[in-house]
Amino acid sequence: MTTVAVKPATMAQALGRALRDAMTDDPTVHVMGEDVGALGGVFRVTDGLAKEFGEDRVTDTPLAEAGILGTAVGMAMYGLRPVVEMQFDAFAYPAFEQLISHVAKMRNRTRGAMPLPLTVRVPYGGGIGGVEHHSDSSEAYYMATPGLHVVTPATVADAYGLLREAIASDDPVVFLEPKRLYWSKDAWNPDEPRAVEPIGRAVVRRPGRSATLITYGPSVPVCLEAADAARAEGWDLEVVDLRSLVPFDDETVAASVRRTGRAVVVHESGGYGGPGGEIAARVTERCFHHLEAPVLRVAGFDIPYPPPMLERHHLPGVDRILDAVARLQWEAQS
Amino acid sequence: MTVMEQRGAYRPTPPPAWQPRTDPAPLLPDALPHRVLGTRAADRVDPDLLRRLYAELVKGRRYNAQATALTKQGRLAVYPSSTGQEACEVAAALVLEERDWLFPSYRDTLAAVARGLDPVQALTLLRGDRHTGYDPHEHRVAPLCTPLATQLPHAVGLAHAARLKGDDVVALALVGDGGTSEGDFHEALNFAAVWQAPVVFLVQNNGFAISVPLAKQTAAPSLAHKAVGYGMPGRLVDGNDAAAVHEVLGEAIAHARAGLGPTLVEAVTYRMEAHTNADDDKRYREDAEVEAWRAHDPIALMEHELTERGLLDEDGMRAVREDAEAMAADLRERMNQDPALDPMDLFAHVYARPTPQLREQEAQLRAELDAEARHHDDEDAHADAHSHEPEGNTR
Repeated sequence: MTTVAVKPATMAQALGRALRDAMTDDPTVHVMGEDVGALGGVFRVTDGLAKEFGEDRVTDTPLAEAGILGTAVGMAMYGLRPVVEMQFDAFAYPAFEQLISHVAKMRNRTRGAMPLPLTVRVPYGGGIGGVEHHSDSSEAYYMATPGLHVVTPATVADAYGLLREAIASDDPVVFLEPKRLYWSKDAWNPDEPRAVEPIGRAVVRRPGRSATLITYGPSVPVCLEAADAARAEGWDLEVVDLRSLVPFDDETVAASVRRTGRAVVVHESGGYGGPGGEIAARVTERCFHHLEAPVLRVAGFDIPYPPPMLERHHLPGVDRILDAVARLQWEAQS
Repeated sequence: MTVMEQRGAYRPTPPPAWQPRTDPAPLLPDALPHRVLGTRAADRVDPDLLRRLYAELVKGRRYNAQATALTKQGRLAVYPSSTGQEACEVAAALVLEERDWLFPSYRDTLAAVARGLDPVQALTLLRGDRHTGYDPHEHRVAPLCTPLATQLPHAVGLAHAARLKGDDVVALALVGDGGTSEGDFHEALNFAAVWQAPVVFLVQNNGFAISVPLAKQTAAPSLAHKAVGYGMPGRLVDGNDAAAVHEVLGEAIAHARAGLGPTLVEAVTYRMEAHTNADDDKRYREDAEVEAWRAHDPIALMEHELTERGLLDEDGMRAVREDAEAMAADLRERMNQDPALDPMDLFAHVYARPTPQLREQEAQLRAELDAEARHHDDEDAHADAHSHEPEGNTR
């Protein structure tokens, strides 16, 4: 048995490696966006790519998100596979019309004649002390748009594997990168990256019997921490990492909730009109007779993203998750 | 101590030398729109091209009339007529090589048809049976674009991609005067100029964005002037003069093909009919203005040129009109047939890899359709049973 050298790598490094491998394997893959060239992106995800592949394939664009995505649409029309970087979540909003009216619909409008295999990378979420417009969780907007896949990794291995899949997908993918996990490290072998569960599959990150925490992206490590802390209360929490918001893995989620009978959805975007409402409804529709308690949501408050000095009060943390778990009508069982 | 605090130590000097990167003079449009018909320049134009443009203009006018009639019969949900603007439409189609791409807006059905699209397929968006009734790759015509100016960055991206691949392809993107106010117009022109993409932008300035006149749309001296700020040439052309539009676009396309970058062309024309059948143009413009433009009709201009030069006689005109009538009759007949639609197509082209959620919804619709069909079968059987009853019982 050979032992694979496993060294710690960051999510940002894994994403960069995914871009590099995709570009090596497929000459139609192009990386474009603001600052992706010489600077290597403000988060350094594209570090070194311009040097390796040249400016024609790793292009510093003018500062204009609608233009970046709009020209990427035209490039995809001509057979390229653009990977677009939107520097920050809230900077992507000028590109919404291109995303919604064209990226999401071109296959449908042309009855399959003109698919747009492009990936939109969006660093999203808070917790890094960013000022205004640098910390939005915009996933609900993307989820509400048919025609898009919406993917968000929580581990280094997933960051690599899911991004490779997103780039190879013949459907447009909004690839949400949790900013505060860019520097998170895992034991991951960058010299021999492995495939992961494909897009559309959720995974159980931690098995448990008492209740299921359903979560994704930046909230996954928080939920794992909460599950560890919950042991002191005698609760054995299962943590399901969705990985993909569209398509949604009803099977894995429902199977987990049927096992545990209780569920809390955790995400940092606002609760009203947020992903948690949809997820709670889906779980209730499928697991009603297995549920010992209503499906609860622990979400960010329904406020514009707060200034950095207050963001810790907004972001769902371990205590807020445990409070919700405590509200799962445990007394009904006793 | 900072520099600011060192009193007397800092001596202001003029800023480092700055030069504009491009002399704006060669980029500026002419003061008056370029004209060919009725001028000496017309002598240079190939008579076959003039005759071809003429035939397409006449067919185009007939096409607009037929499509407008189809809206009145309820066969089209809506039709934004390009009557009065046919010169821009047909010149845009005829100036392109086969390998080039056309990016039309919702008013440019005629350009798509003149490029060779089946007139029925070109109308599916407006009929309401499909969004795009044709394969864009077949004639290299992008889907008719309804959101304003959003097709312009697509044209830039496609032209850029073609050049990256080493293909000798130019993209021609059409937009209206209203569309030039959109952010996508700005971003597309900026990208095109920075990348020196082989793309040509044709603004059909027809005077109004629905009801809003150009004076309320822009304060620029002309829409062609906008080119200068992006670092590309701006050209102004008489949009009712098909030969002039063809010539100016031809030069711009040659410029782009030679690797010299994009051009912004403003064609000054006029929309003779309302924005669509849902609009009342009497509310925002005077009959006198419309009549003044009627005297500068694109077909009449071309007809005059051709007859003056002995390139067209009564027989020639009749032949062109008969061709146009045949096209209209064929269009009428085919558009009066109900399209055959399969409801299951709703799910056919949302994703390459449909989500499990869509598969569930697909199964739901399938079940609904099957139930409907069973219901109809039962009704038919019931009706059949009645029809076979002895006559005496039914009286």
